[in-house]
Amino acid sequence: MYEIIAQNPLLAALTALVGLALIFGAVLGYAAIKFKVKGDPIVEQIDSLLPQTQCGQCGYPGCRPYAEAIANGDTINKCPPGGQTTINAIADLLDVEAPTLDEEHGVESDTKTVAYIREDECIGCTKCIQACPVDAILGAAKQMHTVIISECTGCDLCVEPCPVDCIDMLPVAKGLADWTWDMPASSEEQVKALRADIIATDKPGQRDGVDAA
Amino acid sequence: MQEFAVILVSTILVNNFVLVQFLGLCPFMGVSSKLETAIGMAGATTFVLTLAAMSSYMVNSWILIPLNLEYLKTISFILVIAVVVQFTKMFIEKSSPLLYRVLGVFLPLITTNCAVLGVALQNTAKAHTLLESTLYGFGAALGFSLVLTLFAAMRERLAVADVPAPFKGAAIGMITAGLMSLAFMGFSGLV
Repeated sequence: MYEIIAQNPLLAALTALVGLALIFGAVLGYAAIKFKVKGDPIVEQIDSLLPQTQCGQCGYPGCRPYAEAIANGDTINKCPPGGQTTINAIADLLDVEAPTLDEEHGVESDTKTVAYIREDECIGCTKCIQACPVDAILGAAKQMHTVIISECTGCDLCVEPCPVDCIDMLPVAKGLADWTWDMPASSEEQVKALRADIIATDKPGQRDGVDAA
Repeated sequence: MQEFAVILVSTILVNNFVLVQFLGLCPFMGVSSKLETAIGMAGATTFVLTLAAMSSYMVNSWILIPLNLEYLKTISFILVIAVVVQFTKMFIEKSSPLLYRVLGVFLPLITTNCAVLGVALQNTAKAHTLLESTLYGFGAALGFSLVLTLFAAMRERLAVADVPAPFKGAAIGMITAGLMSLAFMGFSGLV
């Protein structure tokens, strides 16, 4: 076998190259398993937790740059649209203490709002269109503009540039499609406030005579 | 021991691959605009060059020469280099995601760094042993790292310097590289 290969230059060349390719393929295959990057990189995970309003209130041009900044060690409490929920989620992911929202970057609003343009007052200056980070405002120069409600993230960025102050931030009315039950009461005060409505409880000390055990 | 020192001095200074033999100019110009990236690239290239020089020696003397296939050495070396680069890419992606993102496309482009192939071919031409080949590759990589780091540091200062408009950017970079090359000619005759 070896003599045939050694005497035939074409066979020898083919065998050598194929053999090399096989060896290197095996090495690379092993390396691919050994050096496999597990899971998503951290930036992807942080980015998926951020609200994607692209509002820039954190001081970065969008949610992904802020996610990268967090991955590089920035504080996690600069996102007002996400609020405390987002901070807690990121803190959970990064395994750090959850700080409260940094007031410097804005306050968390309780209700979700969308921008509304009073169309008869709009002069068609396009300034709000340029300010909108998610392209949710429709219109052209000297034509009245309007907001695509389903695209608006309620980031407030269009309110400031409007020269005639015709943009309002309206709370989103709850319709049948997005109505949900209120969240269960969580804090002690809320529980105490609700105590009057409680008919029965199985907490120790609440029922007479049966909590001795 | 002395010949090893000679090989090192020769590859780092006297026969510097970039500035004297003009090999590997692409990453030299491409990744030298920031010092941090340049150092990362230098590290990756050092790893690849040393490993590629060693493994291409093994392929050449253990497979190609016994089978009288020396004419296949260029294509086999390219295969070796591609594999080593791919391996390095996986290794860096795992060990330092930040460096991986900074280096970006330049990491796979080490494959086309002609200094890597140049080292492998010169090793066969000079009939080096395994140890000498590895050292030759390592020295070449050190020389590459040295000039890349120096050049990147200079370009960082050039970026804020008051350069006449026609010379801004790549043009002044080329001129600087030329002057560095002239300076490295001063080492000729050292060994």
